[in-house]
Amino acid sequence: MCLGVPGKVLDVQGMTATVDFWGVQRQILLHVVDAPVAPGDYILNHVGFAIRRIPPEEVAATVALFEELLSAGKTDLMAGEVRAQVGEVDASDG
Amino acid sequence: MPPTASSLDRLEFRDRDQVHRLAARLHDQMQRLGGERVSVMHVCGTHEQAIARFGLRALLPAGLDVIMGPGCPVCVTDLPEVDEGVALARQGVRIATYGDMLRVPGTAGSLADARSAGGRIDVVYSIAQAVEMARKSSEEVVFFATGFETTAVTTAATLLSDPPGNFSVLSAHKYIPPVMEIVAEMPGSRVQGFLAAGHAATITGWGVFEPFVARHKLPVVVAGFEPLDILAGLCGLVDAIAAGNAAVYNLFPRSVSREGNRVAQDVLWRVFRPIGGRWRGIAHIPNGNLRLRDEYARFDARSRFEIDLAGLWQSAPSTLVQACRCGDILAGRSSPEDCELFSQQCTPENPVGACMVSTEGTCRIWHEYGGHLDLRSAP
Repeated sequence: MCLGVPGKVLDVQGMTATVDFWGVQRQILLHVVDAPVAPGDYILNHVGFAIRRIPPEEVAATVALFEELLSAGKTDLMAGEVRAQVGEVDASDG
Repeated sequence: MPPTASSLDRLEFRDRDQVHRLAARLHDQMQRLGGERVSVMHVCGTHEQAIARFGLRALLPAGLDVIMGPGCPVCVTDLPEVDEGVALARQGVRIATYGDMLRVPGTAGSLADARSAGGRIDVVYSIAQAVEMARKSSEEVVFFATGFETTAVTTAATLLSDPPGNFSVLSAHKYIPPVMEIVAEMPGSRVQGFLAAGHAATITGWGVFEPFVARHKLPVVVAGFEPLDILAGLCGLVDAIAAGNAAVYNLFPRSVSREGNRVAQDVLWRVFRPIGGRWRGIAHIPNGNLRLRDEYARFDARSRFEIDLAGLWQSAPSTLVQACRCGDILAGRSSPEDCELFSQQCTPENPVGACMVSTEGTCRIWHEYGGHLDLRSAP
């Protein structure tokens, strides 16, 4: 639970952003992010909250790690953590 | 953000040659220490996942021990804290919590057991979903909140955003810096330095470790989750230990600053206050637990409900639970292989201890990635 997952901001309405995580869109809250966020920015999502706006020059390197993780099978523990963070898993049994 | 060849080409932080160069440097450093053993501790389940997943221990010099300490927030949630959630569920109160929490054993069963017995417990991935549940309902919804400061920030932000009156929080949040002090001071502790988690430090800033370093004269290195980040962090730690330098070194500057995310820190400390409490298997940790401040008592499930624990505490732990080494593993005194139950009677399907339940638990991670991670001693 200390892993943040990067996503691209598509839209901002007040304190809620619509963020794209590899095709999965989620509403992410902006109450604790460290800098103003606009469409096109990348943020680090931790349990539904943006905890950091990722500086543009760091986006590629940050995203690449997660793409490598997601390329692993569905049973991989780290890939599972990433999927859980974007709310893509069935969380019924933890 | 579909994966593209060009983005994969930019995997500079996972360059294989660099991994081996850093590993070679670690071997040189250890050789210069002349056979002296070096033990360092990390306090983050994600670090352990990365170390295990990428097989990094196989690259480490023989004398260097990298120990996972109390880095799994769900695992260190103490039995009576789990009991509070179980008791509320048995009293008929609707509970929402993170999936990892469901099967963590309390004194008398887990939340999953309470659910099987008819308790209403929902798994959510964010506290925001629990608030939505409360908004759509007239009944009470309690969010059983676990996690370190990174996650506590989101609980705090939620309580500052005018949640509905039928929503409350049962906080089992924990704060990492104080437990580092206790683990460093434990009798027989071999820990000579700490690897701190990058994303947690993104919020707290690396400056949060300066008082620890001043008091204990041990180095702290902040590192990210890439194999290269972790190896570079270990190089930095071994350098600092060899030179006797006690300082904080930030090797994750692409995410962590000295002051961290001030907005998030302000939100955290407006809502929470640190109090002492037990961490499962470790010790009483002064200032290690985060509780709601009195101003937020109306959202505090402990104020709102009469939680009846007495009824739960009539049964003693089973002998299997008594053989569980979770406490020693969380304190970094034992590894999963020291436990006779590990991967035998204790598996992710039938976990005995909390360390096998959570995806951030040492036992679960070692089990998932093969059970025998230290290839140096593999047959």
